[in-house]
Amino acid sequence: MFPELNNLLNTTPDRAEQGKLTLLCDANTDGSFLVHHFLSFYLKANCKVCFVALIQSFSHYNIVGQKLGVSLTVARECGQLVFLEGLKSSVDVFFRAQAEPHPLQFLREANAENLQPLYEFVREALKPVDDGEAAWRCPVLLVDDLSVLLSLGMGAVAVLDFIHYCRATVCWERKGNIVALVHDSGDTEDEENNILLNGLSHQSHLILRAEGLATGFCRDVHGQLRILWRTPSQPTTQRDWSLTYQYKIQDKSVSFFAKGMSPAVL
Amino acid sequence: MAAVATCGTGAGSTGSMVAAGSKNNVTSFQRRGPRASGSDSSYSRLVSIAGTRPSVRNGQLLVSTGLPALDQLLGGGLAVGTVLLIEEDKYNIYSSLLFKYFLAEGIINGHTLLVASAKEDPADILQELPAPLLDDNVKKDFDEDACNHKTAESNIKMKIAWRYQLLPKMEAGPVSSSRFGHYYDVSKKMPQELIEASKWHGFFFPEKSSSTLNIEPCSLTHGYIKLLQFIQNIIYEEGFDGSNPQVKKQKNILRIGIQNLGSPLWGDDLCCTENGNSRSLTKFLYVLRGLLRTSLSACMITMPTHLIQNKAIISRVTNLSDTVVGLESFIGSERETNPLYKDYHGLIHIRQIPRLNNLIYDVSDVKDLAFKLKRKLFTIERRVE
Repeated sequence: MFPELNNLLNTTPDRAEQGKLTLLCDANTDGSFLVHHFLSFYLKANCKVCFVALIQSFSHYNIVGQKLGVSLTVARECGQLVFLEGLKSSVDVFFRAQAEPHPLQFLREANAENLQPLYEFVREALKPVDDGEAAWRCPVLLVDDLSVLLSLGMGAVAVLDFIHYCRATVCWERKGNIVALVHDSGDTEDEENNILLNGLSHQSHLILRAEGLATGFCRDVHGQLRILWRTPSQPTTQRDWSLTYQYKIQDKSVSFFAKGMSPAVL
Repeated sequence: MAAVATCGTGAGSTGSMVAAGSKNNVTSFQRRGPRASGSDSSYSRLVSIAGTRPSVRNGQLLVSTGLPALDQLLGGGLAVGTVLLIEEDKYNIYSSLLFKYFLAEGIINGHTLLVASAKEDPADILQELPAPLLDDNVKKDFDEDACNHKTAESNIKMKIAWRYQLLPKMEAGPVSSSRFGHYYDVSKKMPQELIEASKWHGFFFPEKSSSTLNIEPCSLTHGYIKLLQFIQNIIYEEGFDGSNPQVKKQKNILRIGIQNLGSPLWGDDLCCTENGNSRSLTKFLYVLRGLLRTSLSACMITMPTHLIQNKAIISRVTNLSDTVVGLESFIGSERETNPLYKDYHGLIHIRQIPRLNNLIYDVSDVKDLAFKLKRKLFTIERRVE
């Protein structure tokens, strides 16, 4: 996790909030550093994490996680992390018929209606432990990323339904958190993606939006991060609170600064 | 790191670095080896595969794309287990040239090739590969370009010491593959004995379209399903992923080249209508990437993105690929006569470079890049006004 981002969000691993949906969004840039941040944040906060990683392999997250101070292999072995590796499982699902329903079952089907097998997987993974003693603080679902599900044949409504079911189980029933990454396609008219993004924006408590700079590529400022705090259940007359920062990604951390205040400029 | 010389003089040291590195760096690269499989102990052996080198930044195993200038822009080369997507130029002239460079590099390094095309028979594609340029000729070309003389070759010969005039121009023996990245002469064909000595598999869609499917029809088009099955079969049968118990785990790279993916010749209507089957290509790319991540292979795909009607698909395809390079040639466009561009044949856009095992990546500062196909070299340089 990035300590500077924790300061901006006003959280620490000890005081992590519960029952929240955080939406990560990137437009014209790569927002995966936010996924790495939240993954290491919740692992350090001693939460049980179910990570649906559809875009990259386990070793990628593991190596970056080690730079940020968490070991995914250790977390997976002791049961804190349940990792669904999309790329590896897709090969198994696609080429060999599975005996029992697989979370990525929709890859084999011509017209998959919904993401129910995936939801069942998440629910099973974040089931509270029965021995009474709460080993982990709260369940967290992390998805990287939801836009890939659209590319794999699911409709925007099916993905929204999936998140809705997950929210009901994880956020409301078990007082956990959900963090999901969605790509913003910007000016290319990807209608399904826009539906998904807008639908999730209205449901989320916190939106982190990483954008590329409007002026183009810069070596010292990699992009701009807009943080928007929302209260979805309150009436809309209450104003949402937002902050904008610019950032530069380094080898093991990300530094944030106010707009125009990059150390390279000052 | 990107400045590691890939031209003749420096390449000898690079080659020896790989060979020596395999002994010294067994422990340091053990954890951060290529992503092929789970076991760490096998990584130490993988560093010594011909034609590969570990990335300086994160130890990722890299192969050359066949074009040293492009390798430099991509941060050293193409990472094993990833997809390089080339967005074709309008008349598919330079992208097919890049495709041939990629395959030729595989032959020189002794990699196994898998060539898939719906337009040309892979055997014909292999016959047309460019011949590799050897050290003495490469140096000559660099001298020639540096002085920018238009003199005939006989004049240049006079500059070399008189003793060397007596030696034959081309070496008769096999090309040494100890260096990373070779130069190719497009005016000559690859020697037949090199092609025959190489191991390659061809997938020509019109021939394979009639056979039966093992997978129930999902939303993928017929051609893509067959291609995926073919690739998975080769990877499994030849042990590139180590999962086949009967075959010893391969210590070689599989180079997969897929030409004109997404064109109507593959049975995909993406380029014909706006509301075509938009999921087929993206699903194909996803499963292909899954196959690549779990095996010792690297893939180059050329795609006619300028024909795709639905622009949203292009952004989805970009998100699903690792490295994306776009070519824009000036042929037929109004830029051909523009004095700003008169020295170049086209522009090259590096649209996406992956951040593998890392938060950061090597990105060149120069975004304004143009390419030029000279008589024997394909150069990429910063556009000079």
